[in-house]
Amino acid sequence: MSKHQPTISRRDLMRNSAIAAAGAAVVPVDSAGAAGSTSKQFEALAMVHVEINGVDHQLELPPRVTLLDMLRERLQLTGTKKGCNRGECGACTVLLDGRRVNACLVLAVAAAGRKVTTIEGLSDGPRLHPVQQAFIDHDAFQCGFCTCGQIMSAVGCIAEGHTGSNAEIREWMSGNICRCSAYPQIAAAVEAAAREKA
Amino acid sequence: MGNLGQPIARADGFVKVTGTARYAGDQNQVGQLYAVLVASTVPAGRVSAIDTRAALAIPGVTRVLVAADMPRIHADLDKITVPPLATRFIPMQSDTIVHEGQPVAIVVSESLEAAEAAATIVRVSYERAAFIVPETAAVVSADPKKGSYSMSNALEFNKGDAPAAIAAAPVKAGAAYTQPSRHANPMEPSATIAAWKGDHLTVYDAVQHLPAVQNVMAAVFGLPATSVRVVSPHTGGGFGAKAFVWPHEILAAMAAKVVRRPVKLVLSRQQMYGMVGPQPQMVHDVRLGAGADGKLLGVSHAATNITGVTEDYVEFGAVPGRTFYACDNIATSQRIRRGNITLPTFMRSPWDGPGSWALGSAMDELARTLNMDPLDLRLINYAETDPESGKPWSSKKLREAYEEGARRFGWRTRVKGGTRDGHWRIGCGMADCSQGQARFHSTARVCLKADGTARIESSFCDIGTGPATIFPQIAAEVLGLDPKQILAVAGDSDLPYSGPTYGSGTTISTGAAVQHAALGVRAKLARLTGWPAEDVTMRDARIMRGNEARTIREVLGEAGVSELTSDGAFDLPGGAFVDMGSSAFPARTFGAIFVEVGVDQELGLLRLRRATGVYSAGRIINPRTARSQMIGGIVWGWGMAAMEASHFEPTLGRWLAKDLAGVALPVNADIPPDIDVGFVDEFDANSGPLGAKGIGELGATGVAAAVGNAVYDAIGLRIRDLPITPEKILAA
Repeated sequence: MSKHQPTISRRDLMRNSAIAAAGAAVVPVDSAGAAGSTSKQFEALAMVHVEINGVDHQLELPPRVTLLDMLRERLQLTGTKKGCNRGECGACTVLLDGRRVNACLVLAVAAAGRKVTTIEGLSDGPRLHPVQQAFIDHDAFQCGFCTCGQIMSAVGCIAEGHTGSNAEIREWMSGNICRCSAYPQIAAAVEAAAREKA
Repeated sequence: MGNLGQPIARADGFVKVTGTARYAGDQNQVGQLYAVLVASTVPAGRVSAIDTRAALAIPGVTRVLVAADMPRIHADLDKITVPPLATRFIPMQSDTIVHEGQPVAIVVSESLEAAEAAATIVRVSYERAAFIVPETAAVVSADPKKGSYSMSNALEFNKGDAPAAIAAAPVKAGAAYTQPSRHANPMEPSATIAAWKGDHLTVYDAVQHLPAVQNVMAAVFGLPATSVRVVSPHTGGGFGAKAFVWPHEILAAMAAKVVRRPVKLVLSRQQMYGMVGPQPQMVHDVRLGAGADGKLLGVSHAATNITGVTEDYVEFGAVPGRTFYACDNIATSQRIRRGNITLPTFMRSPWDGPGSWALGSAMDELARTLNMDPLDLRLINYAETDPESGKPWSSKKLREAYEEGARRFGWRTRVKGGTRDGHWRIGCGMADCSQGQARFHSTARVCLKADGTARIESSFCDIGTGPATIFPQIAAEVLGLDPKQILAVAGDSDLPYSGPTYGSGTTISTGAAVQHAALGVRAKLARLTGWPAEDVTMRDARIMRGNEARTIREVLGEAGVSELTSDGAFDLPGGAFVDMGSSAFPARTFGAIFVEVGVDQELGLLRLRRATGVYSAGRIINPRTARSQMIGGIVWGWGMAAMEASHFEPTLGRWLAKDLAGVALPVNADIPPDIDVGFVDEFDANSGPLGAKGIGELGATGVAAAVGNAVYDAIGLRIRDLPITPEKILAA
């Protein structure tokens, strides 16, 4: 037994933190808008000027359109996938000014004046980005639906420097769910691509 | 090892890492409208009124369809069995509500945003009725008139007198083992894009079997199957959720017919809980009786699962009780509880996944009672023949798998259970993996061109399991080509009929049809060469007999043809759609899983430290894609063991959580790098011409039991209710 026996156990600490977190979660919930105001929201359009994969785009959109739906449904950049639309799965991960974000949680208007990189902008023509090649080399996917998000997330993860160890990579790649569960191969691919870049 | 083929990289790697692979929801049609389903908020009753005025006021919304707007189902649908029709209860044909989350209206709009916003303000009034909570409903026998699910295996099985044998046995073990409902949650939500041209329907769909969708759609509208085309070049994971034809697919096609424009319907993640089925909650009562030497004298496995009120889905979780271990006295039974939930369905790994958890746990309890190593207990009760039928297995090398797995894991020299590593207590556990082998009628076409390339055509879909990669390997072996020279064209119902991508049945079935077609092409080439087909081999784009060799180009050039085509088939006895192996040789895959876990008793945490799985699964066409399959299965097993649960909220009558936050799934941080996978050298000559079997489901069996057994090894606590979450560890 340690000489410095803590006065509260680790279990108590967890319990108290959970209570504190629950308290913080109590926020007022807005009720659904009335029909009239909802239809008005669709009449006001926002002009969005955004650079996507090095190309300038100017779009007129209802302000409620997400970056994800703008990419997929208006620009047909369908490599960015919608797995949950709530920031829970990471399938829609893109780079916004070089930083990884869930495109479903970013309004298109919030991307105005900024640079977006999607999977379509990652490879140099037929020459794959090292992370894309590493995913093939390590068989880091099966169905492929989460793969573009995983790859964009991996590019961000490597740029952030969160690749010091396999454990660190796994932690920082945990915002991207792979239901086919290629996790060990994904971590290995990121490790290899990070090594190549270093 | 001799049975392993070339570990080539995935044929669809490039399109999947560049985002150019098009999944159903990525498809768009000129003039399409977006459909968003409005789901029932009550679990039982009827729709009394729907006020669509506010929704229709939103710019872009063109229609809000209600039951009265929908075409009536054609009588042809009566001829389609359930399954492959997931349920005969098609919503919006009446005002009846049988579960929360059931579609009651469809908003159709020019934009996705307008449809989504409008769907939230469609005001539905309900006449509520009392609903049944399935978990606490009465246990009843399945009604064979309520769908065909209950007829796919034995509801009751008795060999000898298991209750008497167990009662008289000197050593007894067993208990009730429970597991919650779980949702497949493929990363790609179900999506259907339906487009009509006159009386011809084209459907882009996320599916595991294209012809099933084709036949159901044709029947719904009273059309010949040739009037329906289903396209599904890539499916973003299925795991059973896309195996059968669910109502939303039919509703999308109906909506397109009513609005006379193509309709794009993508389910939300929440709707993946209400509109496609889960694996049902189950209770297994397993009782074992054994002699002092460990020999099993009696096995009893009674399984009960929940189902919906419309059909009796039976999860045959008691199958392991009569197939895993040799015993003269075996009794198994299947019963159900009906309630107001979305009809459950097959999910990776059906039947054997749930059953192996219960039986694998009971065997460990028996081993502990006997003070015997659980691996030795399994060797003592090794089933040389199928315990159910007494017939010889098509092939089984489980003994070799045990030995190799134990060697690689270091089972015999494992760390003593309860050993400390910081805050963690270490424990090791093992269990049997096994899965019944389905075979499906399938066809394929192979076309060989003069330039030494070839094309495979079949309507299979690659849901990530790898057929688009391994079928070229199968054809390449026959035609002496590099697999890279062979393209698999799939995912279109206009192509030759393929069996489904479920039941671990794609390789053994469609793979055999591809091999048959390739052999047909080779025979045609031999005929053109003037050599007997049985004397020739092919290598490096040449056909050879003894020391003679001709190039493909020469032979075809002389014959004046540019290509040779042959159709191949994998036919089942009696022209069946499906069987579970040949009648003389029951087919199963086998294996053993060994895991090491850490348990933090103070915080209730459970972590996977490493795992070894070694499998007896016939010939392995591509060990690289096969390894990924098995790793995926082991992670699925970990999710089942330690994380996943969909709880039915008994006061609200709905799933408590319908997302990926309230329902925990394994993520990268949960899974250690040390997942070791191996295959024993095996060729199953009795199940099909390839010598291969299916592996898609095998990996996810046994894992939950091995984990539970390892937890017991670590802290002496037997948890019989999945998943093994912190509060259960802390309650000890």
